[in-house]
Amino acid sequence: MHEMSIAQSLFEIIDETMRQHGLTRVTHVRMRVGEMAAVVPDSLEFCFEVLARGTPVEGAVLEMTVVPLSGHCASCDTEFRAPERTFLCPSCGGGDVRLTGGEELHLDELEGE
Amino acid sequence: MKKTINLATEVLAKNRDLAEDNRRLFAERNIHAFNMISSPGSGKTTLLERTLTVLGDAVSMAVIEGDIQTDNDAARIAATGVPVVQINTGGLCHLDAAMIRRALEEFDLEHLRLLIVENVGNLVCPSSYDLGEHEKVVLISVTEGDDKPLKYPGIFRKAGVMVVNKIDLLPYTDFSLERVRANALSINPKLEIFELSCRTGEGLEGWLDWVRQRAGAGPA
Repeated sequence: MHEMSIAQSLFEIIDETMRQHGLTRVTHVRMRVGEMAAVVPDSLEFCFEVLARGTPVEGAVLEMTVVPLSGHCASCDTEFRAPERTFLCPSCGGGDVRLTGGEELHLDELEGE
Repeated sequence: MKKTINLATEVLAKNRDLAEDNRRLFAERNIHAFNMISSPGSGKTTLLERTLTVLGDAVSMAVIEGDIQTDNDAARIAATGVPVVQINTGGLCHLDAAMIRRALEEFDLEHLRLLIVENVGNLVCPSSYDLGEHEKVVLISVTEGDDKPLKYPGIFRKAGVMVVNKIDLLPYTDFSLERVRANALSINPKLEIFELSCRTGEGLEGWLDWVRQRAGAGPA
């Protein structure tokens, strides 16, 4: 359970961005969370709300887009989705697979005034 | 006035940058660093004790111990004569790159060749925090079940090495070495695997050779 640490890092970036851009209120926070980022969206949302309380971020909507796990096989040059969290290429069975999505924990956009 | 600000940043960018600083420091000082991660009770500290007892005189090593509370583990490491710094996270479930940087100030880095970090016992959270280490070593013990790599794919995907500890207990469990190997390799075909018992010493030699090589001391 390290969602509180993640939420704190998120707030550091939000505070910094608010200062830089002269925002007095944040209304939307848009993130991309990989399926394998070891983050539980509900839990992150809870921590976000706790930290937002009494700040200019209170009431902001945290929008999380979950990014599916996907990979690229170097042996047969195939892109694939890995819904079962398998890491072997479904086409050739090879293991020389680079993950192309599913590990991200990105803050994409802030909306505010 | 409504504004939309495009950030496109990693949430843990700060930790990533600090980890890069650590990596640079390790490169400059010619220090090899690995990060040991497991559930509580898999035998990280016992494996370290065995490793340090055998290699402590031959290799210049230091240990960073991460625990939520107590310095019990650091006391066990200190008894081997190897320099150790205890980090108490006070509830936090992982170490981060800044903690490692602060702990490094306690060591004489001049002659240090190998830094071993024992992370907080947890298979999930430590996997998200790069410390600047050269590789992650994931430990499991036979009493935990051979499906562990499938349950915690994140850390098995990121690790370079898997150690299976407590193989002396194999006759008393349903744990299958074949299954755990197959499960781990399906997540990460490049994993290097060591199977050993810290209690009996079986299989330790292969692991010790690996550590010697990492420290630039070559195999026995």
